[in-house]
Amino acid sequence: MNAPIRRLGLVVAAMFCSLLVAATIIQFAQARSLDNKPGNRRTLLASYSKERGSILVGGNAVAYSSPTDDQLKWLRKYPQGPMYAAATGYYSFTYGSSAVERHYNDFLSGSSDKLFYRRLVDIVTGKSAQGASVQLTLNAKAQQAATNALKGQRGAIVALDPKTGAILAMATSPSYDPNLLASHDLNAVQSAFTRLSKDPAQPLLNRAINGNLYPPGSTFKIIDAAAALESGKYTPESTLPGPASLRLPGTNSYLPNDFPGNCGAGDKVSLTRALAISCNTAFAQLGMDLGQNSVRSMATKFGFGKSVDIPMTVTPSVFPSDLNKPQLAQSAIGQFEVRATPLQIAMVSAAVANGGTEMTPYLVQSVRDKNLDVIQTTDPKTFAKPISGDTASQLNTMMQSVVTDGSGTGAAIPGIKVAGKTGTAEHGSGANADVWFTGFAPADNPKVAVAVLVENGGTVGQEATGGLVAAPIAKQVMEAVIGK
Amino acid sequence: MSTVDATAPKTRRNTELVLLIVAVAIVLVAYANVGLAIDNALPVDLVTLGGGFAVVAFAFHLVLRWKAPYADPVLLPIVTLLNGLGLVMVHRIDLSPGGPNAAPKQLMWTAVGVIAAVALLFVVPDHRRLRRYTFSFGLAGFVLLLTPLLPLIGKNINGSRVWIGFGGFSFQPSEIAKILITIFFASYLVQTRDALSLVGRRMLGLPLPRARDMGPIMIAWLASLGVLVFESDLGTSLLFFGLFVGMLYVATERRSWIIIGLGLFLAGSYLAYLLFAHFQERVSLWLDPFQPGLSDQIAKGLMGMAAGGMFGTGLGQGHPELTYFANSDFIIPSFGEELGLVGLFAILMLYGLIVERGLRAGIASRDGFGKLLATGLAFSMALQVFVVVGGVTRVIPLTGLTTPFLSAGGSSLLANWVIVALLLRISDQARRPSEPERPERLSTDDTQVVKTR
Repeated sequence: MNAPIRRLGLVVAAMFCSLLVAATIIQFAQARSLDNKPGNRRTLLASYSKERGSILVGGNAVAYSSPTDDQLKWLRKYPQGPMYAAATGYYSFTYGSSAVERHYNDFLSGSSDKLFYRRLVDIVTGKSAQGASVQLTLNAKAQQAATNALKGQRGAIVALDPKTGAILAMATSPSYDPNLLASHDLNAVQSAFTRLSKDPAQPLLNRAINGNLYPPGSTFKIIDAAAALESGKYTPESTLPGPASLRLPGTNSYLPNDFPGNCGAGDKVSLTRALAISCNTAFAQLGMDLGQNSVRSMATKFGFGKSVDIPMTVTPSVFPSDLNKPQLAQSAIGQFEVRATPLQIAMVSAAVANGGTEMTPYLVQSVRDKNLDVIQTTDPKTFAKPISGDTASQLNTMMQSVVTDGSGTGAAIPGIKVAGKTGTAEHGSGANADVWFTGFAPADNPKVAVAVLVENGGTVGQEATGGLVAAPIAKQVMEAVIGK
Repeated sequence: MSTVDATAPKTRRNTELVLLIVAVAIVLVAYANVGLAIDNALPVDLVTLGGGFAVVAFAFHLVLRWKAPYADPVLLPIVTLLNGLGLVMVHRIDLSPGGPNAAPKQLMWTAVGVIAAVALLFVVPDHRRLRRYTFSFGLAGFVLLLTPLLPLIGKNINGSRVWIGFGGFSFQPSEIAKILITIFFASYLVQTRDALSLVGRRMLGLPLPRARDMGPIMIAWLASLGVLVFESDLGTSLLFFGLFVGMLYVATERRSWIIIGLGLFLAGSYLAYLLFAHFQERVSLWLDPFQPGLSDQIAKGLMGMAAGGMFGTGLGQGHPELTYFANSDFIIPSFGEELGLVGLFAILMLYGLIVERGLRAGIASRDGFGKLLATGLAFSMALQVFVVVGGVTRVIPLTGLTTPFLSAGGSSLLANWVIVALLLRISDQARRPSEPERPERLSTDDTQVVKTR
């Protein structure tokens, strides 16, 4: 019986080998990916045992960790809570993290491979590793102005540096206080999270990039105008039909202007003037004349349908497909099923401001280790070149007329040339319009491009238009950046 | 069967003493380590408890010197180390926030296990005496196996009906049944091995046994299916069937039994898969433990092991309490987390050594019964470790079994101490210098096969 016992011994050896291999796979090969599984509490507990890096705006921390005496050794604090919540996100033991807290977790927690050799000293000396800090591109004054301007209303504001794509302001309203979710009182955190996620005003939603509920209204006319100019068949002076209302082909319905009457003498209006006064009939006709492929392709060049990470993933804006003529007419004025994020609309303005070159938007400027050495910086990248320099400069001039003697005079800044476009988007009966303003300043040397969206007419209600509600807000944000 | 040396072999009891001192020292250091990590202070009972633990281990050593001087010198130190580490981990999980209070009970059962093992060494001076009760053991084993199905005392815990309980006291009879049935198997197979291995015809190049000789394997197959069906205990049924096939192979030296056994095993598993939703769930969790909506216990164990990485967090510094059953079914991930891959390897090596020593006792044993019994006990230990560790490391689907000596649980501790006592007894017989054996016993051994046929 000895031979089979020996063979059984081999079987046992094989069984144990498989256990050793399996344990090695789990604890060595897959350890990292298992550690990074969402909801892995151990990783979370480990991350609370060392100091997490700060998130900075200018020279000030808008998120930092402060030592505590309880089981979780570090408490995350957000000194200006709601104002920066859209950018910082929250860092919660129970609910994980969001926004930059989540997307830059490797650096903030100090676990990034890029920090490895810097950590070597810590490992040798037995000091617990400290996370790197993340510098945002936000401009504190612009963020403050945007936050104040949205108070009491639902909406979002994005301001970009048109030359780089750096996000100077990103505000969403209503916002929430991330301190509530970072608390170590887990019951309080749970009730706060439940309250926030059930709130019909959706404070956890970043309307600037993830709302995507918004018909862009007349701000979309910039894209129509760009398509027209790029087609070579139109100039800013081209004459368009501008009647008081336009019968949609094959139907008995009429598409009216936002204002009573026609857009110019003899129902004719120039492209520039049509943009300035936001003439619906002219742009609806222009859209139908250009054809849906031309309009859609211009929208796509500006970024519709594309996803971008800032590092948070921005919901792609939508221009619908397979349109019939009446649908195309409505889409051309940013209605029907056209949907855009405020960031996308800001990118359109920024592209015009930057001579036709659209820069990729980004929120993180640099990452520094605890000795303030720069580990990573974001270099501006071109996102697309949707229009030529000529088209851009023509659009620039046309958009200035919106602010000088058109629908957007509310955005005018004394002594500074401002370009812009208003939007007043109806959506559904009963609800007030979502109002928009997008533009940039100074028009001759743009430093800031902005998009403002206020839902449901804001505090003005039924009477609200983009010029009345959104333009003055855009003005305040642009002034904050220019320093006037 | 083994060569008889002219010189008397060494007893190696002093080797055992040195190893035992090392084992006890490691356990005491581990216990102190937990106290330092969690309370920042040495445990107040380090001297009393640790002293008590050492006294028990050294008392056992003295009994071996007296009652089984030629027993394998490695077994007791390894088992002491494993049992001690198990106690430390059970205690460490008690200390975690909201932890249970399992360590005192575990300590009590350790004592019961040691006393049972020592008693066995006294009561059974020669393992061959166990053969007198072949069928009594078999009957008692199967009855014990089925007791959880009885009303009133049978208990359904965590979805498996494998417990019996009276008052506040519960017991898993399959652990003891395992030993009784192994004894029965060994004894029965020694009697019938010739019939099983010599008679039969060849089919497809395989020597097939006669239909009536297939009886035992069919009965074992049906019994293990019964355990699977009525007690929902995958682990035990897998253990019993694997054990029986392994022993049958060793007894008959015929590979056809393995092929038949594996065939029946696969058929049984497939049948169970088709019939039982909870078995299908186990399989799908085995394939992807992170499926949302299903149990996340394997996932939590894996994340614990991953958190430990190569060198572990250190005893008392991880969070094994985040895993369900952290001190019983999932005690291996708890060790993986706090001692790391290195610690887990060491623990698996300790088990490997126990099994290897058991098989070695089998090879060295001079009687067929001793060979089969030692092999069976060692193989059952190997299977049990494989089933439980393989379950948490996704080598096979998760089935509930205890980890020998480590898991919190009295029946398991008691049973495994008894197994070790039997292995010690067999190895003592095997290594003892051959003395003139009583002729009548020899003759019964050799002629019994002929008598029954």
